[in-house]
Amino acid sequence: MNAWIEKQKYLIDFTLSSLARRKAKNLGLLLVYTLIVFLLASVMLFTHALRQAAAEVLVGAPEVILQRMVAGRHDLIPPGYLERIGRIRGVQHKEGRLWGYYYDPVVKANYTFMVPGNQDIAAGTLLVGAGMARARGLAVGNLISFRSYSGKLFSFTIARILPHDSELVSADLVLISEADFRSFFAIAPGYFTDIALSVANPLEVRNVAAKLSQQFPDSRPILREEILRTYESIFNWREGIVLALASLAILAFAIFAWEKASGLSADEKREIGILKAIGWETGDVLKMKFWEGALVSLAAFLIGYLAAYLHVFRFSSSLFAPVLKGWAVLYPRFELSPVIDGFQVATLFFFTVFPYAAATLVPIWRAAIADPDAVMRG
Amino acid sequence: MIFQPAIIALLLASLVCVGLLLAAAPLAIDIIRHWDIHSGSERQLLLERRTYLLSTLLSFIFATQLVALLLFVFNADRMSSLFVGAMCAVGTLKVNAFGFPALIAQIVVFFLASSWLVINHVDTLAHDYPLVRVKYLLLLILLPFLVAAAMLQLRYFLGLKADVITSCCGSLFSEEAPGLTADAAASPPLPTMIVFYLTLTLAAGAGVLYRLRQRAAWLVALLSGAAFVVTIAGVLSFVSLYVYEHPHHHCPFCLLKPEYSYQGYWLYLPLFLATAAGLGVGAVQPFARVPSLESVVPAVGRRLATVAAAMFVLVAAVASLMILKSRLILLEG
Amino acid sequence: MIELKGIHKAFNTGRENEFHALNGIDLHLPTQRVTAFRGPSGSGKTTLLSIIGCLSRPTSGRVRLGERDISGLPERFLTHIRRQTFGFIFQQFNLIKGLSALENVMLPAYPLGGNWRALHERAESLLGDLRLAHRRAAAIEHLSGGEQQRVAIARALINDPQIIIADEPTANLDTGLAMEFMAILENLHAVGKTVILTSHDPLVVDATIVHQVIDMRDGRIVTPVPIAEGCA
Repeated sequence: MNAWIEKQKYLIDFTLSSLARRKAKNLGLLLVYTLIVFLLASVMLFTHALRQAAAEVLVGAPEVILQRMVAGRHDLIPPGYLERIGRIRGVQHKEGRLWGYYYDPVVKANYTFMVPGNQDIAAGTLLVGAGMARARGLAVGNLISFRSYSGKLFSFTIARILPHDSELVSADLVLISEADFRSFFAIAPGYFTDIALSVANPLEVRNVAAKLSQQFPDSRPILREEILRTYESIFNWREGIVLALASLAILAFAIFAWEKASGLSADEKREIGILKAIGWETGDVLKMKFWEGALVSLAAFLIGYLAAYLHVFRFSSSLFAPVLKGWAVLYPRFELSPVIDGFQVATLFFFTVFPYAAATLVPIWRAAIADPDAVMRG
Repeated sequence: MIFQPAIIALLLASLVCVGLLLAAAPLAIDIIRHWDIHSGSERQLLLERRTYLLSTLLSFIFATQLVALLLFVFNADRMSSLFVGAMCAVGTLKVNAFGFPALIAQIVVFFLASSWLVINHVDTLAHDYPLVRVKYLLLLILLPFLVAAAMLQLRYFLGLKADVITSCCGSLFSEEAPGLTADAAASPPLPTMIVFYLTLTLAAGAGVLYRLRQRAAWLVALLSGAAFVVTIAGVLSFVSLYVYEHPHHHCPFCLLKPEYSYQGYWLYLPLFLATAAGLGVGAVQPFARVPSLESVVPAVGRRLATVAAAMFVLVAAVASLMILKSRLILLEG
Repeated sequence: MIELKGIHKAFNTGRENEFHALNGIDLHLPTQRVTAFRGPSGSGKTTLLSIIGCLSRPTSGRVRLGERDISGLPERFLTHIRRQTFGFIFQQFNLIKGLSALENVMLPAYPLGGNWRALHERAESLLGDLRLAHRRAAAIEHLSGGEQQRVAIARALINDPQIIIADEPTANLDTGLAMEFMAILENLHAVGKTVILTSHDPLVVDATIVHQVIDMRDGRIVTPVPIAEGCA
């Protein structure tokens, strides 16, 4: 065992010096390798962080939302619905919600107007998201006017700008008082956009939803876990698409690695010939080459991953955020919280190290089987 | 199919492995047909060199299977949020009929590959490579297993469909799916616990016996296989109950998660190592009478048996520690 | 003792450029002797040397090393035997550029995985014996031809082999250095090593320390080999 470890140490030692002796060639490989790792790791870290952020946002969301449907379209909840729900067992808290979209022609963007359930907002004032504040150049105390859908002009004072931490969802958010909301959108008292229900026991959620759809055949309950699931699969799908596109890059990289490994310079061939002549066995050369691949992979993986980490969490994924995020005109400018995930690292490993190893397998073997007496015949 | 990175990675890996082994098959056949150790002809020299390629290839496949196995389980766990009622990996694997067969097939391939590598190792220690024909025949037999495992995995992934909200038809299609819980078919805890400790003791004992006397190699292999199955059954049946403290949670995979401080690795790594080593002892046993292997097989067998015995003891110790560290509440469902 | 019987070596068998380097060699080389193969280039002496030194396998024929028949051994075991039994000195020195003299000397011992400190000391003492202690850290390409050859000799000795094999060792050396090489060879013989070399340099083959000169032509031995002589 000791001899085995010593031997691996010698092989690694020799490999390091042999890598150092061919700096130009190996740096080129390392660069391309690192770049591939960097790209894929950036995609993965980014989508994972987005997923995490979305999940965090939804933690506070109600377990069930009830929407009323008219002719297959989402409609307002009429008065009386809220009271009727009270009799369903397991519902801990229920509340009618008011929210809607408003298109602002000034910045050509959609805002989400919402009446918050848990805080009171003084009439005539607004709390706005940071994205919107940026777009319209707003500061606390400013006055802003919107023309309602009925054509009437409404003016509001900005009471506060929402904090940055949840900007992914609050970028386009406008919080407004109930009275203002009703008059702005012309919604009669008693009507709501939808109903939010909180259910304490997660096992009850499904029963509550079943009862709701029985009791209100014209409505549909939407479960939080379903939203989560949908988000999850959308993010997975986006990530998958990007990686499928990246597969061309991976293939190119594999071919590049194959070529690098098979296109040995005369010098390298001679070196392997010498090693074999002076007593190295084919297996020893294979092991040496294995260490070479392992060291290069490790270096590329670490550097690439680190760079991707910095790219995503320090520099806000400046390279491709528009591709992955953009579902709203007001780009959220948000800091993702850093997450490293073993599962993700394992997946990344399969997309980078595995193709590299597979591509270099045969070339390495070819190099290692050089005739030991070749240097004499040379 | 669900289109996501880990699935693409797993499919890619099994595709590459099958492809490589398929490409290697003609080489193996060539070796089986033309091998002649006593010849110094150029063909023989070439065949000899190819054996290096094939050994390297198998090591590569073996290593890939190992990582793929982990990724497969991780992935199943992660995907549980996509399926109604699935709480963890067990639920995801039960989404269609191919989940568990795919997992089992991968484990089988893993142990077949490890046994092949043991035979290969023994063969390369003998001066006349006595097992060349046998081992390349075995390699050809390994191929259908690898293909089958890849196919099962493909069928499993193709059959996955996330329960996702589609804006047109609204919600509550998510009917309760009772089959997807982690309530795996588990045996009664107390008898299983007795069988668990008994089998592990016997397996470790057989390993020690082989180390001391080089006897009962078959028993080592048999008991190692049994110990593997029994350990998994034990995790399902009682270890999970103690650790999770939940009467219906029998998942053997959640132990790998950070919530349970990665205890699973301490259990499964020794278990896989012990089983591979124990099976290896049996795998080389048929060749113990080959003249050039007479001293090699017992020497390698002893080392493997020692590893197997030590690792099975470790498995038992880790399982006991996990139970003792829990609050010792056995919630029977 | 090395014994060869009916050794043939063919290259590119069955193809147009089929070439028989050795055509039935029978030979008996005693231990602790200095033997030289002499012959024009293409006479097969280098091929024969590589078969004797376990660098390659004969197409047919039997090779015995001591009491052991090594003809049917795969490359893996030939290598094991080779690195314990033989030390090689090549015509082109075949040192690895970019590595220091010391590292080059240690290279053949790497696959054996011995203790690093012991190996280091052995290599240093070998270099010291060959008056290269002061050059041990220098990169190989900065050494003179004579120094390079002495590094190559030290490398051949690192695993303490019984038999030294040298292929045209003086071909790239001037007379002074060639004389020096012969002196080193004499020392090796004095400590009990067997030396087998090829050469057509009169300085080598006519030297007094060479016990036996075997002439080769077209893959055959031309001089009758005095098998009985010097058989220890």
